[in-house]
Amino acid sequence: MDFSSGIFFQVAVDGIVLGFMYALIALGYTMVYGVLEFINFAHSEIFILGAFVGAELLLGLEASGALATLHPAAVILMIVLAGMLASGLAAAALERIAYRPLRGAPRLVPLISAIGASFFLQDFIRFIESLWRNTFYLNYPTLDILDQNLTLGAAVEIPFKSVLVIFTALAMLAGLYLFVNKTKLGTAIRAVAQDPDAAALMGIPVDRIITLTFFVGGAMGGAAGVLFGLHYSLINPYSGFVPGLKAFTAAVLGGIGNIPGAVLGGLVLGLMEAFAASYLAVITNGAFGAEYKDVFAFAVLILILIFRPKGLLGETVREGA
Amino acid sequence: MEGAERKVFLINIGLAAYIALTSLLVYWFPRSVSAFLLFQASLLMIYYAPIARTAKLVFSAAVLIVLMPFLGAIEGYYLEVAIQIGIFVALALGLNIVVGFVGLLNLGFVAFYAIGAYLWAIFGSPQANAFIAGGHFPLAAGWFFAFLAGGIALGAITGVLLGLPVLRLRGDYLAIVTLGFAEVVRALVNNLDKPVNLTNGPRGITPIQRPPLFFQPLLDAIGMHREPAALYPIYFYFLVLALVLAVIFVTRRLEDSPIGRAWKAIREDEIAAIAMGVPVVRMKLLAFAVGASFAAGVGVLFAAKQGFVNPESFTFMESIGVLAMVILGGMGSIPGAILGATIVTILNLQLLKGLSLWLNALRQSGEMLVIPFLGSFDLSQIPAQFEPAKYERMVFGLILILMMIFRPQGFLPPSQGSAALTRKGGQPAKPAAGK
Repeated sequence: MDFSSGIFFQVAVDGIVLGFMYALIALGYTMVYGVLEFINFAHSEIFILGAFVGAELLLGLEASGALATLHPAAVILMIVLAGMLASGLAAAALERIAYRPLRGAPRLVPLISAIGASFFLQDFIRFIESLWRNTFYLNYPTLDILDQNLTLGAAVEIPFKSVLVIFTALAMLAGLYLFVNKTKLGTAIRAVAQDPDAAALMGIPVDRIITLTFFVGGAMGGAAGVLFGLHYSLINPYSGFVPGLKAFTAAVLGGIGNIPGAVLGGLVLGLMEAFAASYLAVITNGAFGAEYKDVFAFAVLILILIFRPKGLLGETVREGA
Repeated sequence: MEGAERKVFLINIGLAAYIALTSLLVYWFPRSVSAFLLFQASLLMIYYAPIARTAKLVFSAAVLIVLMPFLGAIEGYYLEVAIQIGIFVALALGLNIVVGFVGLLNLGFVAFYAIGAYLWAIFGSPQANAFIAGGHFPLAAGWFFAFLAGGIALGAITGVLLGLPVLRLRGDYLAIVTLGFAEVVRALVNNLDKPVNLTNGPRGITPIQRPPLFFQPLLDAIGMHREPAALYPIYFYFLVLALVLAVIFVTRRLEDSPIGRAWKAIREDEIAAIAMGVPVVRMKLLAFAVGASFAAGVGVLFAAKQGFVNPESFTFMESIGVLAMVILGGMGSIPGAILGATIVTILNLQLLKGLSLWLNALRQSGEMLVIPFLGSFDLSQIPAQFEPAKYERMVFGLILILMMIFRPQGFLPPSQGSAALTRKGGQPAKPAAGK
């Protein structure tokens, strides 16, 4: 078995990058679940929408020639913010159009609507992109700085884009932590998650807080989308689905409704997946290889739901109808 | 009395005239989609017409057993459409048991379909030689019916095996786990070409043995020799029809039995059902097994009909398509599932494709579209990306959202109604803590 430190370290970095990506997406699932006990199935498309908006802005900057004159950090900041804004607004709009009319209906009804929204959005993005570019596969333009490597010590190099993902994600998570724990709006979100009726009695506008929760969760997903595009380059309207499903797995793994849990779950799942992809072939003597990493993630989901449905950090899941 | 009888008689005559007229239309205009749609609508009219049961049976039999194969012999494409509709009707009826009767959202239904299809694909083709020595494969066509039965049994077994661990989960978690299960099955099918080549991976399996033409000697004996190539489409049509009728029969008997009532009790209020002594877990397992066995049985037939299977036929989108059928027609309603499957299949196969063809024709006409005040557009500039046939997901998605918002009970809701779907505001979005 080759556990030589260089490869091991590289795999660990890949896993952490993947993990932070899952963590950012998982926040959208977990925050919405916290306030509504509802799986926003369309969150994977909210996420990939952010990737598309970022790509379009970047392509626009490139076409206008502004890309060469702007500082790369400013460019990255701009596209991340654009992705966040677009995804946040889309998530809030989705809540108003497809979910709010169904509040109070039995659980399956909004879930089915969300599945419909997921499918609709995939083809909607495809439609718009086809109208605009006559293709719906987008390549992120390369930023020179992202292709460089950061050299650490002897044989260890980290691609700069991995560093970017990790630091952006950390900044976003810190911002979210401060927002949720230190501001009035964050307190209101926590209050609605704890008990919507009591929150309403305390004068909290529950509907607006729910929309805000969708916006914040969507914005996190949008940022993840832009990072995803910058890191993996090629996107299409359907490429959000599997990462979305895995991020949901991460949210469940950490304990759904629990914000630190989503981060922990994302990191654990990302690392497990990266190591499975690299070492499964070695361990099983070539019988099973990296192509089983998706199976691995879903198997984790199924096992967790069966044996520890409340997740690693979760509280007991309340029994609903 | 006299007047009412007269009315029924007139309706019967009218129905017969409608069926005859639309059949003639299809006969005269074999290329016209609208003619075929009108003909298909006759079944819906028969279902709704206020006439005697026997009359309905006679009319349906005339349409399904006599006219459809006859018209199909003229224009083979219609037979293909009818077979597709039949396959999806059977799938929708299977999912209807799980989602409609018991209220468990199963998003991985297609996995059972895949299991059935691959069962016959592997043993009904040379594929099995890859891991069983001796060159016994493909098995003779006569084995098809044994494998149909075997597929139904295997479907039931996998349904129970999946159900045992996951049925304790709440509704939305169950949905995600079944989705994960389907993705696992698809990934396995996609990758099990090594270390042992079980499924031939993404390349799929072909050629797959067709069912035996056991009646051919009979036809020859009465002097009606037909080539197998001409016989197979009609043969498959009748096989699918028989399977659909069997599925309808079983579903109806189950619905009216204590089992069906137990299922609906679980759907309406699980805790109350437990209190009344309904063995909830066993009943849920049974529903999973029955639904899965239908899907696997259809899968076996599908593999034999296509002669080719690959993992692409068993994606998540198929599951959602079947779900859209059940929801469109009305969860828990047998006629609803049939109607939903028919509408969605026609939408996909005929309307979207028809629109795509029309768009292509427009593009190739080279004409200009002149819109007042907006100028003129060169029709040949319509991008090829706009073919409506490519936007199935958008159609399914819209069906699901719009139905949930405006008509959650579907177009043909079950007669007793389901409180689980129609109750408004009866349940808070989020139960108070400590409940």
